[in-house]
This record gives sequence, C-alpha cells and structure tokens, in this order.
Amino acid sequence: MTTVLDRLNYALHHSMECDERVYLIGEDILDPYGGAFKVTRGLSTKFPTRVLTTPISEAAIVGVATGMALRGLIPVVEIMFGDFVTLVADQVINHASKFRWMYNDLVRVPVVIRTPMGGRRGYGPTHSQSLEKMFLGVPGLKVVAPNTLGDPAELLVASISENGPVMFVEHKLLYTRQLLERGKDDLQDFSVEQTGGAYPTFILRPTTGAQLTIACYGYNFELARTAALELIMEHEIFSEIVLFSQLSPFNLEPLFLSLEKTRKLVTVEEGTLSLGWGAEVTARAVEKMEGLRIRRVAALDLPIANAKSLEDKILPSVQEIVKSALFVLS
Amino acid sequence: MRYNVHVMADDIALYKTMLLIRRFEERLLTEFSTGKIGGTTHVYIGQEADAAGIFSVADPEDVVFSNHRCHGHFLAYGGEAYRLAAELMGKVTGLVGGRGGSQHIHWHNFYSNGIQGGIAPVATGMALAEKETNTGKIALVFIGDGTLGEGTLYESMNIAALWKLPLLFVLEDNHYAQTTPVEKAVAGTMSGRFAAFGIPVWERDTSDVLEVQAAAKDAMASVRSGAGPASLILHTHRFSAHSKGDDTRTREELERIHQFDPLTIHGKRLSSKACFKTESEVTDIINNAFDRANADPFPLLGTEN
Repeated sequence: MTTVLDRLNYALHHSMECDERVYLIGEDILDPYGGAFKVTRGLSTKFPTRVLTTPISEAAIVGVATGMALRGLIPVVEIMFGDFVTLVADQVINHASKFRWMYNDLVRVPVVIRTPMGGRRGYGPTHSQSLEKMFLGVPGLKVVAPNTLGDPAELLVASISENGPVMFVEHKLLYTRQLLERGKDDLQDFSVEQTGGAYPTFILRPTTGAQLTIACYGYNFELARTAALELIMEHEIFSEIVLFSQLSPFNLEPLFLSLEKTRKLVTVEEGTLSLGWGAEVTARAVEKMEGLRIRRVAALDLPIANAKSLEDKILPSVQEIVKSALFVLS
Repeated sequence: MRYNVHVMADDIALYKTMLLIRRFEERLLTEFSTGKIGGTTHVYIGQEADAAGIFSVADPEDVVFSNHRCHGHFLAYGGEAYRLAAELMGKVTGLVGGRGGSQHIHWHNFYSNGIQGGIAPVATGMALAEKETNTGKIALVFIGDGTLGEGTLYESMNIAALWKLPLLFVLEDNHYAQTTPVEKAVAGTMSGRFAAFGIPVWERDTSDVLEVQAAAKDAMASVRSGAGPASLILHTHRFSAHSKGDDTRTREELERIHQFDPLTIHGKRLSSKACFKTESEVTDIINNAFDRANADPFPLLGTEN
C-alpha cells in the first residue's frame, strides 16, 4: 500500500541521491520531526549538509533558493502551509519567475516550491486555504498538483528537473491517501487514458458514452470520482473526468476533446469561486467552442471557518458536484 | 579562502572609472530629450566613488546583485558601456536584448533587479551557493537607505549571519529614498541594524574614492576570510533626481552637496594633463557606445520561453 506521502518522500530521497546539487530548504524539516507533514522525513539524516532548516522567513527562504538556483544549485523549498505563499509572492512573481525571460534566457532558475494546501482538517481561516489560483498565469512559473491517479513521485522528480520555478501544490488530505490501481475499486467503471509528457492529464472514460465532463485537479479528484459514481448509481448519468496535473501554464486540449462530445462541463476546485481555476477553464472553453453549459464548483467567497459545520458548507462537496451536474444536464 | 589578489587600481584608473560613470549618466539624461531612450532611469551621479572604490578591490569573478540604480555599479564592475547603452535604448544588442532596460540587467556574474529588498535574499542564496561549491567567490548586494524599510532585508541579514555566508552588504545612503529624507524613514542607526545580527560594520561618510577603497578592501577581506557577512555603509550624495524630474530638494541643498563631488575630490590628486587625457578617452568611449547602440536594431517578439 503506497500513499501520496510515501511517493513524495521517495522522490526527494531519489533526487538528492542522484544529484548532489539538490538541496532542501524550509522550516522544521530536520529529523526527527521531518516537516510539519513529514514529507522530508529521513532526509536530514541521510544528507545532513544539504537539508537546511531555516528561521520563519518564507520570503527569504524562496529568495535564498532563487539565488542558489541562479548559481548552479537545485533547491527544493518547503513552505509549511500553503496559506503562507502570500509571503513569498514577491519572490516568486518579481524574482524567480521573471529572471529567465527578463535576462534574455541567459540564466536558469530551477526552484521547486512545495507546499500543502487545502482544508477539511479544522485548521481555520489561515491554515486551510487553497491559494494556488493566485499563481496561475504568472509568466515563467509552472504550477503542478499531484493526485492519487498519477505517480506523485514522477511529478516531483520532473519538477526538480525543470529549468524554471515550479509551485508544487500538495493537498493536505492527499498525504495519507493510497494511490489508485487502474481497473480496481473506484476505477472499475472507468477506462483511463493519459496524455504524454511529464505532467500528464488523465481522462477517465465511463463504460457507456459520457453525457458530462468533470474537470478537476489534486484532492478534488477524490470528490469528483465519488460524485461521478453517485451520478451513475442514482441518476444513470455517465461522466468523463478530466484530471490535470499541470495547472499552469494552461493546456486544456484534452478537456476540449471531451467537451466536443459532451458540451456539458462542471469544474471542481477548492479555492474560492471568484477568478479561480474554473473561471479560466470556463473562459477558454467558451472561446474555443459554442453550445456549452458550464457550472463551477468551488469554495464560497468566504474565509474558511474553524467549526466543521461551517467549513463543510464553505468548501465544495460531492453533493454540490452532483447538483451542478444535474443542473448542466437539465 | 583566498584574499583578493587584485593589484590596487591606480589613481588615474579610479578617476577614469568615476568619469566614465558620470559621462555615461549625463549622456543618458540627454538622450531622453532626443527621444532615443524612453521609460525612466535612476542615475548614479554624485555616488561614483562608491562603485569605483569597491570594484577596484573586488575580484572580477565575485557575484554582484545590484538595484534600480545599477549603471555605475555595472560600469565599475567592468561592464561594457555599449551593451548598457543598447539595453537602455531597447536594442537587441543590449545586455538582455532590451527585455530588462535600466533596472534589470545581467552580464557575467552581475545581476540587477528593480525591487527594493527583494534582491537581498537572492544575493544571500548566491553567497550560499558559492560557499557550498567552494568557488572562493563572495557575493555583494547593493542596497540603499530606502531599502532599510523592507523586511526581507532583515530576514537576509539573519540568515547570512546564522550560516556565515560570504556576503557583503553595501549600503549606499544617499540621504533620500526617492523624495523621503532619511529622517522620515529610518529610526535608530544604520550600523545598529547590522550589529544586531553580529555583522561587522565598516562605515564611512565620504566621497573620497580612496577612503571608500580602503574600507571596501577591509570589509571584503573579512568576508573572504570565512568569518561570515560584513557590511559597508557609505554615506554619499545623489546630485541628480531620484529618477528623472522628481527632485524636491532646495537649490541651496543641491549647491551644498556639490562640495562632495568625488571627481573634484579625487581629481586634485591628478595632473591637469592626466585629467584632460582621461576626459578625452572617456568621451570617445561614450560617443562610440551610444552611436553604435543607436544604429542597432530593435528586438522582435519571437517564440517565448
């Protein structure tokens, strides 16, 4: 049984073993603690000089990593909670992501910024958000999110091999999730195709012709899958799920191919609704083709409450996805 | 760790570097009125002793991160006036093909960016990389009195000191952050900021290039010895506006600070013949640089990376 956490930890071990230019830098990442979510566990023991624990200085951590990258090292940053990416925004937007193009392709900036996003653990307004939408469309920056269908290790190793900065968004609830096996359990009713490249898009096709397309990434694939199964069982509605590993830059061709057939789209994300990932996906879809019906499922435009009764209502749910599917098909 | 192996630049060379910066910046300002240069710029006129003194004792391989006011640093570092002029004119032959312009240049181990404070952690990471890969190079980061308001600077001081990184903070205090005088922006002392992190301070209130050079030499020797970061605080005077037309200082004040003209102070050590010859050489360099750059083509937007 392999979890997302196991694979991420493996990827870091593998990358540090294979290339001595790879460094880890972040807060509380040393053993025995091994990071707030244990992703860096064992690494400081094995590579004591290349795992750097830092003061609580997120902006400087990313800036230091950027300087290391400009001078030939390959730093992997851990930002302890994704909520703190607001603190690194200047470093990401005005430094790391800009340098290669601004300096006329004369430099390389191989920095990976790993960070856990997402709620549903009762951490309240400043430790539960999904803020990756703020970094989508930043020129020069790639945004990647693992899921339970692809191999998170392959995604992370590929990100570490990039010549430019990557924001690697790990939903907290994914860490303990098992990787799915194709043809088993939830995937029994779907055939799975994937695009080529280091950050594949997965297309899950139902056994019967799809009436609806659900687009998602990261943890929300778990919700989308559950909703798709419920739509089959209770409504005899068959959905194709398009699951992205690379969020930005946007490459939506696999989604467009699905929409050519269904013309019905539900997007699912955990960030707030307004100006989110789904909004951009929607805009690109309607620019590309006509006759679409679309509904976006996302968090309400509110801070994420601490109380579970509130948090459950604020974040997107399986029921909301089902409801949206029925709406676009009505 | 090796100490710097530079031969001390002689008096004429120091004068020539300062004059090159002065004449470059003056020419640049005139080119705005001819329409050959657009946008904005931050010239180094009045502060030339800092760059000339520092780079006369730096190693040519040292890593430099400069700021919005970077032309003087670049020219003193050994950068070519022609490539800088071409960059400012937005030409394809510019240092970064016209993509960066005045504040955003890169050549060899020299980098600049236009965000106050943001460059400090980047330079800290560069120093870390040089230390980890045992290159013997040090990193220099140029900040100003205005940068003292930015939090990332203090994060960087802390990390550089904790990890004993080979980083020299060069703080050029020209007394004004754009139009805001130091008195309205900086509490406490400048040196106290570095001292709080255990970073040694070399502080000079001078526009004499020889005094800057001596202090820079000592500060860099400290950094090169492996003792960790050091700081060089240079109180100086900016004769020109912050950028182009935004000078709110009184005429009296501008007249008063011209007594600190580094060219006059150091020029007294040279014969008039040497000064004249240097002026002629610099004029040729500047004319060639701008004429050549002017004839170059503009870049086109191609397949983006």
